[in-house]
Amino acid sequence: MSTNALRVRRVRGKGAGLGLLAWLLGIAFFLPIAWMALTSFHSEQDAATNPPSFAAALTLDGYREFFGAGGGASPWPALINSTVASLASTLLVLLLAFPAAYALSINRVRKWTDVLFFFLSTKMLPAVAGLLPIYLFAKNAGMLDNIWLLVILYTSMNLPIAVWMMQSFLAEIPVAVIEAAKVDGARLPTILARVVAPISLPGIAATALICFIFSWNELLFARVLTGVVAETAPVFLTGFITSQGLFLAKVCAASLVISLPVLAAGFAAQDKLVQGLSLGAVK
Amino acid sequence: MTAMTTAPLAAPETRTPVRRPSARLRAWATRAPLLPALIFMIVVTQLPFVATLVISFFDWNALYPDARRFTGFGNYQEVLTDADLRHSVWTTVLLTVAVVLASLVLGLVLALLLDRRFRGRGIVRTLLIAPFLVVPVAAALLWKHVLYNPEYGLFNGLLHYVGGPQPDWISNTPLLAVEASLVWQWTPFMMLILLAGLQSRDHEQIEAARVDGASDWQIFVHLTLPHLRRYLELGALLGSIYIVQNFDAVFTITSGGLGTANLPYTVYQSFYQAHENGLASAAGVLVVIGSIVIATFALRVVSSLFREEVSRA
Repeated sequence: MSTNALRVRRVRGKGAGLGLLAWLLGIAFFLPIAWMALTSFHSEQDAATNPPSFAAALTLDGYREFFGAGGGASPWPALINSTVASLASTLLVLLLAFPAAYALSINRVRKWTDVLFFFLSTKMLPAVAGLLPIYLFAKNAGMLDNIWLLVILYTSMNLPIAVWMMQSFLAEIPVAVIEAAKVDGARLPTILARVVAPISLPGIAATALICFIFSWNELLFARVLTGVVAETAPVFLTGFITSQGLFLAKVCAASLVISLPVLAAGFAAQDKLVQGLSLGAVK
Repeated sequence: MTAMTTAPLAAPETRTPVRRPSARLRAWATRAPLLPALIFMIVVTQLPFVATLVISFFDWNALYPDARRFTGFGNYQEVLTDADLRHSVWTTVLLTVAVVLASLVLGLVLALLLDRRFRGRGIVRTLLIAPFLVVPVAAALLWKHVLYNPEYGLFNGLLHYVGGPQPDWISNTPLLAVEASLVWQWTPFMMLILLAGLQSRDHEQIEAARVDGASDWQIFVHLTLPHLRRYLELGALLGSIYIVQNFDAVFTITSGGLGTANLPYTVYQSFYQAHENGLASAAGVLVVIGSIVIATFALRVVSSLFREEVSRA
């Protein structure tokens, strides 16, 4: 056997070993989620055994309990609030970010990079720094426990990410396409809606998914600024912080149901996830 | 944070200055699409911070609104000399550094493994991203009740099989317990950034080095690591910015007890539970000063990556 063939075999053997290691680590990272899913389908008695009962009978009781069958508070108002806050703020973000991205990529304002970095720097301002004045303002304006206050705050939280992502998508559009529309006498709103938006639709969709995830996850503002009426899903989950007897299956069901929209949006936007999280710095 | 917009970039002009009377008008027409977003951001993010700054100079407990008075730097003095608050500064540093370093190293290992071709790579990538896509409160609840619980948690259940000890994880090592859950959530983030960095390497250069007889280790140290440097920096800085602000995990797993209260939790507690508006604001301003230090470096790294892309385009 030639040395070359030996080398190929050795490299292949090492490759298979490293592939196996990658699989093992992937499974290890996923294990807590898999265990959470399995536990959510167990009865409370089977969920709380040591050693764990892997093969216990499956039941939907945890989910029934979570949705209020046992007389607990129904999660539906919180889920609806979260949906409204996330969707409305995402829509508002897109409406504000799309024209702004146009002015920062296609028909550029002067000092456009300074403006971009201003947006980025606001993202680095910790949320707690503005929390108290916002709370006092909301209290005096009678906007505490109001879902629309969260919509405004989530919009400000996600706008920088959206501006950065969208400007990098729009910058890829050939200038000739837009010039052609201008020659045809189209005005700016028409150009944005009929020419730019259709071309950059995949980018806009990815931006929307990422803004949705961040809004859905947010806890601090929601915890401080909402009460019984405008409570969101993460605030509902904080009800499970202190133990209440046997409740593991219910906790797992609740955590899984509330994470489901994020898991779905995240997997759908997988390729654009890094770009959104790194505020557009990495493609 | 208006003082930080120091982008050291030469802005390429897209059009030559127009010397007609309508030039000013046209400049405003160009600016118009930008203004709603810009004004919105200034009003919603900069004004409250200015208010925080003002409140931080007042002795103001919301329960005694009539006793409000100006104290200058009194609140800062109190924050910096209060043992609990100083401890929370230290906790914030420890938590951030430990989580960022651990998830960066783990993320690098995973990114290197995923950069190779093997069967089921797409599936493994999806499995690895999943922890990042669990709602943070849900993830914290999962670790607190389902994994750490000393009586029937998964960790002690698995230890039971090998006849190991049955520790009370959260009581014994509270900060480590919080950190582990955060490392689990943030490793995928680091992995994704570093994977993007690995895939942007110059493959011809690596091939050439290999032909010249360079070993895998030499290629890693002399080619891969220098190329990854900026991606490592970016991951570390963005991770720091997100984790310095962490509230969800501390709030859920330990409720700030057992010496795990970080600055965001302390700020939350001092005005939401103790109604000390002035103290909370001073602590908030300190968080901002800490963030500005990290953010200045972060902006520099982002702008160097950004400049590279602009020049490439």
